[in-house]
Amino acid sequence: MGTMDPANSTPAVTIRDVTKRFGSVAAVDGVSLAIAPGEFFSLLGPSGSGKTTMLRMIAGFELPTSGRIELDGRDVTQSPPFDRDVNTVFQDYALFPHMNVMRNVEYGLRMKRVPKDERRTRAAHALATVRLEQFGDRKPDQLSGGQRQRVALARALVNEPKVLLLDEPLGALDLKLREEMQSELARIQRDVGITFIFVTHDQGEALTLSSRVAVFNHGRIEQVGTPREIYETPGSAFVAGFVGSASVIEGAAARALVGDDGPYSIRPERVTILAAETASSDANTIRANGQVTDVQYHGDGTRVQLQLEAGASMLAEVPNVGDQTSLPERGAKVTVGFRRSDMLSLHHAGAEPDQARAHVSRTHESGETP
Amino acid sequence: MGRDQGKLTPAESPSPRSGLRRRASRFFARHPGARVGAQIGAPGGWLLVVYIGSLTALIVTALYRLADDPTGLVTKLDTTIGFANFDRLISEPVYRNVALRTLQAAATVTIIDAIIAFPVAFFMGKVATPRTRRALVVAVTLPLWAGYLVKGYAWRSLLDPGGGALKQVLGHTPGFGYASSILVLAYLWFPFMVIPLFSGFERLPTSLLEASTDLGAKAGRTMRSVVLPQIVPSLVAGSIFTFSLTLGDFYMNRIVGGTTEFIGNVVYRQFSVDLPFAAAYAVVPIVIMVGYLLAVRRTGALDEL
Repeated sequence: MGTMDPANSTPAVTIRDVTKRFGSVAAVDGVSLAIAPGEFFSLLGPSGSGKTTMLRMIAGFELPTSGRIELDGRDVTQSPPFDRDVNTVFQDYALFPHMNVMRNVEYGLRMKRVPKDERRTRAAHALATVRLEQFGDRKPDQLSGGQRQRVALARALVNEPKVLLLDEPLGALDLKLREEMQSELARIQRDVGITFIFVTHDQGEALTLSSRVAVFNHGRIEQVGTPREIYETPGSAFVAGFVGSASVIEGAAARALVGDDGPYSIRPERVTILAAETASSDANTIRANGQVTDVQYHGDGTRVQLQLEAGASMLAEVPNVGDQTSLPERGAKVTVGFRRSDMLSLHHAGAEPDQARAHVSRTHESGETP
Repeated sequence: MGRDQGKLTPAESPSPRSGLRRRASRFFARHPGARVGAQIGAPGGWLLVVYIGSLTALIVTALYRLADDPTGLVTKLDTTIGFANFDRLISEPVYRNVALRTLQAAATVTIIDAIIAFPVAFFMGKVATPRTRRALVVAVTLPLWAGYLVKGYAWRSLLDPGGGALKQVLGHTPGFGYASSILVLAYLWFPFMVIPLFSGFERLPTSLLEASTDLGAKAGRTMRSVVLPQIVPSLVAGSIFTFSLTLGDFYMNRIVGGTTEFIGNVVYRQFSVDLPFAAAYAVVPIVIMVGYLLAVRRTGALDEL
């Protein structure tokens, strides 16, 4: 009870083959998605990948060139924003500067002609949810960035929409505040149970917060899946490279290391730099010789860029624990080792999302064999 | 395998120069006050002499009066300070009426311009593509490139009741009078209302309009509750132009206004007859504008100028 199976219930949002063209450019190109009620769903991609345009079409600020958008089973493709049961948290917060915080939060309720007393109670409750009870009388320009962000959240949540749309809401905050707001957002979403659709270009943010992630590239969805699926079994070279870092190995290099042309991807933290004298004891461990071309210190770890003798470049991450003198220097010849199962096949690069999902679950299973 | 060590070349210490220009630069770098003084000293001085000076002369002249001259042949100024001129322009109904009519004309022109400019500027700032926007900015400001008299006489030939273009095409013309003065002045000052409004709309974040519709407001409600309060300073900034330009205008009224008189016409007529009274009457629009500016200072509109 409580948790709904996406397959059996009406999705909160259904997107069917939606395309949006600006002139000759397809900003969103044939996207289909089903988002279940109560999900924290992220649209992840680089700038210009179509994720924000997709969000704006769900909100009603843009109309699709073709395709269909349903909210809770109802076709809203052509409905204006004020007729849709969704609310948006804008990237620049879009608080009304001439109204105080309380009036900002009440605005949606006032439009729905909710009586004054109920309005006050609900707005106060929404402000309490974002921990700004004391700030009702302030004007937006008397608040910090993080506080404005939370007012924007309260102003949207107070309407109890079916779906809350968040357009890179944490983009303007500094790192520390952003991390605080991330856990705050997760808490609020758990408390209110509203479906969140969250646009971000920050893969870390998407992985941390989401129940599922859709990775956008060039107006199309490259892959849809849980954060773990996206990270551990990327469906394409783009996803492997955009979500976390990965080295893509293909062609002759892949043949020399694994036995076929690939392409494969491998995460830097799965590559170990071996002491030269270690003998190959494990049949599952692939060894390769190479030369260090760059060493980057990252605080919690050190990234070592290698040029393999087999002909590909590969990234290895050495955690910064204990003795630091063993780190190789630029130009050093080293041997690296990694498990065969950590080489992830990218055979279905560029596949349709549905096929990509099928592929992801297949490789996921095969990836667990020892 | 060791890292390449970049060879340290001994840095050349800059030889201290002591040229006059360098010394001056150093002085200005250390004394920001002197820097500001040097920058605005000359134009500031010019402003002080020409602007404040002439204004002071005007106000002082308004306090003089014509010397009594029994022959009526020579006009001489009596430079004793007094408020006789102001008493006269308040007590004589004709001057009070002209002042009120001028005030009414300024208000009417301002309201007409605001009503027409609002949708035009909204379209320019929020709807039009950058290309259309540029074209519209040029179109709106284009009349400013034509001379005042050219526009005045062009309108005169349009409005002429004895066979002007309006009469021939529409069969009707307001002729020469108060209505025509309002019409032509509204046309003349229109760009001064559109441009501040346009820049106000351009600065108004589109996300505010989207947030309003997102929260359930229809277009009219968004205009009233979000756009209008945000645009009031720009509206006031534009009105300062249309209002003060109309208050001070007199020649357009001579071209298309028929027998209608504004403050400017009276000042012009009195100028050669009774200079102190003309000066006193010219103070009236200044006082009105000072009052207006003080009233609108609260709206923040003066930051828009």
